Amino acid sequence: MTDKYDAIVVGGGHNGLVCSALLAKSGKQVLLLEANDQVGGAAVTREFVDGYAVSACAHLLYQLQPSVRKELKLSPKLASEDMTTITLDEKGEHLRIKGNSVEGVSDSDAASYRDFHKRMTRFADLLRTYFNKTPPRLGSSNFKDLLTLGQLGFDVRRMGKTEMQAFLRLIGMNIHDEVVERFESPLLKGAISLDAVLGTHLGPRSPNTIMTYLYRLAGDHGRTAVPEGGMGSVSDELAHAARSAGVTIRTAMPVKRIVVNNGRVTGVEAENGERFDSLTVVSNADPKRTMMDLVGARHMETGFTRRIHHLRSRGNAAKLHLALDGLPTIDGLSKKDYAERIVIAPDEHYVERSFNPAKYGESSPEPVVEMTFPSFRDAALAPAGKHVMSAVVQYAPYDLKGGWSDEARQEFEAATIRTIERYAPDIAQRITASELLTPVDIEKEFHITGGHWHHGELTLDQFLFVRPVCGAAQYQMPVDGLFLCGAGAHPGGGVSGAAGRNAARAILNREKAA
Amino acid sequence: MTVREVFQGRLRSPFYSRLSALDTVNQWHEWKGYSSADVLYCEETEYFAIRNATAVFDLTPMTKYRISGPDAAEYINRLVTRDMDKIKPGRVAYAVWCDDRGQVIDDGTIFHLQQGEYRLCSQERHYAWFKAAAIGFDVSIVVETEDVAALAVQGPTSFSVLSAMGLTGLEDLKPFGLTNFDFEGADLMVSRTGFTGDLGYELWITPDKAEALWDALFEVGKHYGIRAMGTHALELARVEAGYLAPFEEFLPADTTVRTGRTRSPLELGLGWLVDFKKPNFNGRRALAEEKRRGSTWRLVKLDIEGNKAADSSYIYTSEKGNKKEIGFVTSAVWSPICKQNIALGTVRTPHGEVGSDVWVEVYYQREMHWSRAMAKATVVDKPFWFPPRRSATPPGPF
Repeated sequence: MTDKYDAIVVGGGHNGLVCSALLAKSGKQVLLLEANDQVGGAAVTREFVDGYAVSACAHLLYQLQPSVRKELKLSPKLASEDMTTITLDEKGEHLRIKGNSVEGVSDSDAASYRDFHKRMTRFADLLRTYFNKTPPRLGSSNFKDLLTLGQLGFDVRRMGKTEMQAFLRLIGMNIHDEVVERFESPLLKGAISLDAVLGTHLGPRSPNTIMTYLYRLAGDHGRTAVPEGGMGSVSDELAHAARSAGVTIRTAMPVKRIVVNNGRVTGVEAENGERFDSLTVVSNADPKRTMMDLVGARHMETGFTRRIHHLRSRGNAAKLHLALDGLPTIDGLSKKDYAERIVIAPDEHYVERSFNPAKYGESSPEPVVEMTFPSFRDAALAPAGKHVMSAVVQYAPYDLKGGWSDEARQEFEAATIRTIERYAPDIAQRITASELLTPVDIEKEFHITGGHWHHGELTLDQFLFVRPVCGAAQYQMPVDGLFLCGAGAHPGGGVSGAAGRNAARAILNREKAA
Repeated sequence: MTVREVFQGRLRSPFYSRLSALDTVNQWHEWKGYSSADVLYCEETEYFAIRNATAVFDLTPMTKYRISGPDAAEYINRLVTRDMDKIKPGRVAYAVWCDDRGQVIDDGTIFHLQQGEYRLCSQERHYAWFKAAAIGFDVSIVVETEDVAALAVQGPTSFSVLSAMGLTGLEDLKPFGLTNFDFEGADLMVSRTGFTGDLGYELWITPDKAEALWDALFEVGKHYGIRAMGTHALELARVEAGYLAPFEEFLPADTTVRTGRTRSPLELGLGWLVDFKKPNFNGRRALAEEKRRGSTWRLVKLDIEGNKAADSSYIYTSEKGNKKEIGFVTSAVWSPICKQNIALGTVRTPHGEVGSDVWVEVYYQREMHWSRAMAKATVVDKPFWFPPRRSATPPGPF
């Protein structure tokens, strides 16, 4: 059986949902194919043990673009919003960071943080403007490209000479140099370092980590939220918007290949042999999977194939889910603090040391941790009186030396529990069940090459005009009719919907131009 | 007196002993790691051996790749611009390969040895590019430059020489064909290919039989005026034949820094090698766009008035007055056989149509002082030298 559609979206991650919904709203017949049983990609809520559910991959909402909210009329119900980041101290003298204020540091650090935050959010706002635009092609003579490029230059210049110089100086720099220059509190330096490296294969001393920090802030100035019902509820809302707009969604329908005939796509073939015809195929899968596995090198030219092949997408962040028979005791935290975002990154060196083994394919014996207790505000996630913890734990390199054997997994999980125990001594006794998702598991469950959040490292050489690779930053791939709409495309990962929205606009604009 | 040789760190071809025994001028250069002779006794004598008898050139330094595996045919077809499905086993194809921007990386010959197995020969080395092109293909690429000794045997008597050497059945070999013989128990591959634009063959054999092959060739060849030759004579012959050379007519795109300094096959007069019927090959999208929009450059063959070789000359639209510079000469020689002052050059389109006249600015030196002359040149279509014997099958016994 073959059906003909105006567009087929491969993969029902949040970007795929956004893209398909917007295309359908413009009157297109859209088919969305999702490999898993539920849509949402890495933004799903699922049980990991009977009665205990968590956001299985992404667990904080901090980047959903206002444009996407508006156009799809989304209003996710939030269990916690504008969360405080509590960075744990072994002696119980934790720091609380919220917006531009930080509690628990010296006056000079507090003032310094205000300055820092002001500058960083300003730069982040500049980036955000470009999150909702198709990046211009370099060396192009197209009017729109030149206009966008000119606008970017103008926006940078308009900040004033001092700020422009600061921006250009900082954008390629590492976060470590900046925090040691500005702050004295080790906890503060550690917390900022952590924010800069979460979800990347980078340490705070790696170049480019100011950029990744800005990327985080560009969402909503770093304000985090936890949706009621976990991240899956956001995806459900998106799926509802898509269906209402007329998108046909078929789950449990993994795509085997994107069919290319005479240099242009003509549809997709599912694993079960079913064929779907369309002259427009939009892939929500990561660039490597899309181009190397679904399309195949024989339909691409060598230079492009080489760039995609060399795309860096080695995930380094693991997810740890714990079923707890009660909240752990953390000295110095009040009850309501369990609704906040709690991090373990006691100082900037700790974060870098935690990264060191990852360079050599080993996991961190003392990892950095970002944890939440979503059941604290959202009782439905766990049985009455019980709790779940959802934590991002770094570093757990995708290509671990010797592979992620059971021993390796146990070792990393034990190291994580040991690390948390320093602050919550009773955590181990509270655990009734656990689940560790290494980048390899994330790759397997969510079909993301390398298990990397961003579908490709978020570094300057894979950013903006050159994301995912040089010559393919405008959503259109060098195979006629093929588009990319996931985190691997501009601007990158995080549940923002920006890539999906931009891709939809690129597809619709192309039709207008034709 | 014995003169101690200074170690130069260059590879020696398996024919080195024979070449150096004939060498009287000691003029060598480096070619991709090998010592290669410019001249052995006299450029003109060697050149006339190509055109009037038989000249033997050591092409062992030519970079050779063995490409095989289940996806070899598909791999080659994506690598080069022409349709390689048409090149059956036992045939050889001249081909160019481009980067994604449709700019020529290099040209060379591809020998379809047997079903799905190829040898690719080029002047320059391209292992990195060929490996990159192999991503996603089940194909093996082996550099076999040192494993194969090769000789070009070129000229009107070359067929007679090889026949006299006992290679029977060679008369049936058509241009761009290849065939195999037994030579002292080793496989001797003979292809009817060359870089001289004349009747000629290329011989491919295992290095340990190289000297024996040379000796056998020169033993029977002495009755047919056989001579060894260096690259200078070959260069003269290849310009007469209108063949391109990397670093002369084009720069390999993968090592060229400045934009606009590379050339597409369409700009090199190689449009006939670009088959847009193939759904995908490296450079296809860019070349299709170039075809639609028009090329920037055009390769021209120039027949120039006078007898002063127009080396590196600028090319103008007219002799004087409001003359416009439109390009430059890339290779220029006085052709002894055609008695013509000839050149290859590159001009901006729309200039350089076949049959049109352009002007070249020739600089020449007389006893230290430089002079300048404007010479009229006609753009010609055909190679300057294309004798019927080059393609006659069977070739005549000269």
